[in-house]
Amino acid sequence: MAVQDTPHASDLPLDLAPTQVRPAPRAARRLPVQKDWPLPFIIAAQIGILVGIIALWEVAARYGWIDGFFWSKPSAIWQMFKIFFTEGDAWTDISFTFRSTILGFIIGTTAGSLLGLSFWWSRNYAAIAQPYIICFESMPKLALAPLIILVFGIGLTSKVAIAIALTLVVSTLTTYAGVKALDPDGEKLFYSLGATRWQVFRKLVVPFCLPWVISVLRVNIGLALTGAIVGEFISSQHGLGRTIFYAGSTYEIALVWVAVFVLSTLAVIMYIVVAWFESVLRKGTRQ
Amino acid sequence: MPAEPKLRLDAVSRTFRTPSGQFQALAEVTLSVPQGRFVSLIGPSGCGKSTIFNIIAGLLEPSTGRVLIDGIDATGTIGRVGYMLQKDLLLPWRTVLDNVILGMEIQGVPLGEARGRALPLLQRYGLAGFEHLYPNALSGGMRQRAALLRTLLFDTDVILLDEPFGALDAQTKLQMQEWLMQLWSDFRKTVVFVTHDVDEAIYLSDEIYVMGTRPGRILETIPIPLPRPRLRTSSLTPQFIVIKERCLALLTSVAPALEAA
Repeated sequence: MAVQDTPHASDLPLDLAPTQVRPAPRAARRLPVQKDWPLPFIIAAQIGILVGIIALWEVAARYGWIDGFFWSKPSAIWQMFKIFFTEGDAWTDISFTFRSTILGFIIGTTAGSLLGLSFWWSRNYAAIAQPYIICFESMPKLALAPLIILVFGIGLTSKVAIAIALTLVVSTLTTYAGVKALDPDGEKLFYSLGATRWQVFRKLVVPFCLPWVISVLRVNIGLALTGAIVGEFISSQHGLGRTIFYAGSTYEIALVWVAVFVLSTLAVIMYIVVAWFESVLRKGTRQ
Repeated sequence: MPAEPKLRLDAVSRTFRTPSGQFQALAEVTLSVPQGRFVSLIGPSGCGKSTIFNIIAGLLEPSTGRVLIDGIDATGTIGRVGYMLQKDLLLPWRTVLDNVILGMEIQGVPLGEARGRALPLLQRYGLAGFEHLYPNALSGGMRQRAALLRTLLFDTDVILLDEPFGALDAQTKLQMQEWLMQLWSDFRKTVVFVTHDVDEAIYLSDEIYVMGTRPGRILETIPIPLPRPRLRTSSLTPQFIVIKERCLALLTSVAPALEAA
């Protein structure tokens, strides 16, 4: 009954009135404590879920619960995986995608950071450049991809260019945020010691902004990979993106999955390396 | 006293242009500080203390007047005086030792030599064992020490200290005052000190410039004839109390003070 669901509703006015009947003692409640499971248990659960999903997928495809043609199934994917690595161009494709991602990442991040830092030198120059940067930031850069392919050809260069287009602005804006966060008193201190602008830049601005530069590394590696893959989708002779696109248009769904898994592995490895590099840099800058 | 003061401000003033018209931050100020003197500026916020410091340090051009150091025009030139700002501004990515040598480094002293000069001083002046730590491992007092040693190691005759102990707790502040007196008597620098703390100003200084606002100006110059070395208990002497009363009177009510001056 509704009345019994809220037994205190009728008591409420009495509780609120100070001089009335003494309130009933509060319910003794303990601090909720969450127990941490042992690590092996956690790992076992994680593996269990993975095995469960794969098994469910396989069973579902075999018994026709899902369409095996469109979804493929783990056993077929595994067969394709072996073929991909023994007979296909697995390593050529992986290396192609890897190279365009890394090159785009390094060039885009470096150029973007330098551009962001350059705004420190002149407020006028920064003010003039600002609207262009914001335009380029808000523009969906992938929409430019077909044009970039036309200009740079179907080889590695165009993939690198798209990866740069995606990473450059992020680095520029983040580094510029660092420049703007610079304490004017820090500059004052340097100038009071008779420093030149170059000395202020090298000994104060660059080390101060480094944490901002570092903070975009992980984002940028993902963006660079996206850029490379999209470039390969549009037009390419190699690469995991091209493999996915090609397999998709010929209905080789198992190959799509294989390429996606390889790509994910590549992405995770690059992410881990960048995260490690980031922690090394952070130690260097004492954050 | 030698005829040539170490530091001289000659009718220095500063007017800022604001959207609502001209704003005089500092009316004409003239003062001279002889070599080795310790002088303090006290006054309410907005009295132009920071403006004076920025002008002396060459970070701000005065609207009128000149800054003379050793009788030579130093108006608008940087790197002539050591300037310690309110914040310690230690660079978090440098060790204490490398922070302290910043001034020498900027002046082009080779790193090895600069470190060699700084190390014994760090050890003598209470930072032994902290040389290779990063500033975030230091307490407020220790950070101020490092910032002050950085200013001293810049090796100029005149140093400007802008409320160096303002953010410290009372206990640490007293220790730091003793420490500063020790440094001052060892290095014989000419010090210009800004503080809000009247007791601190009297305890440390040879002379106090009491400042007023609108426009920022010097209301009165009060010499402190207390003998040195001063004891903590000197703040209980009648002489000290008379000076303190005068300072407080000037600071709390501007109008009668003007008449008196």
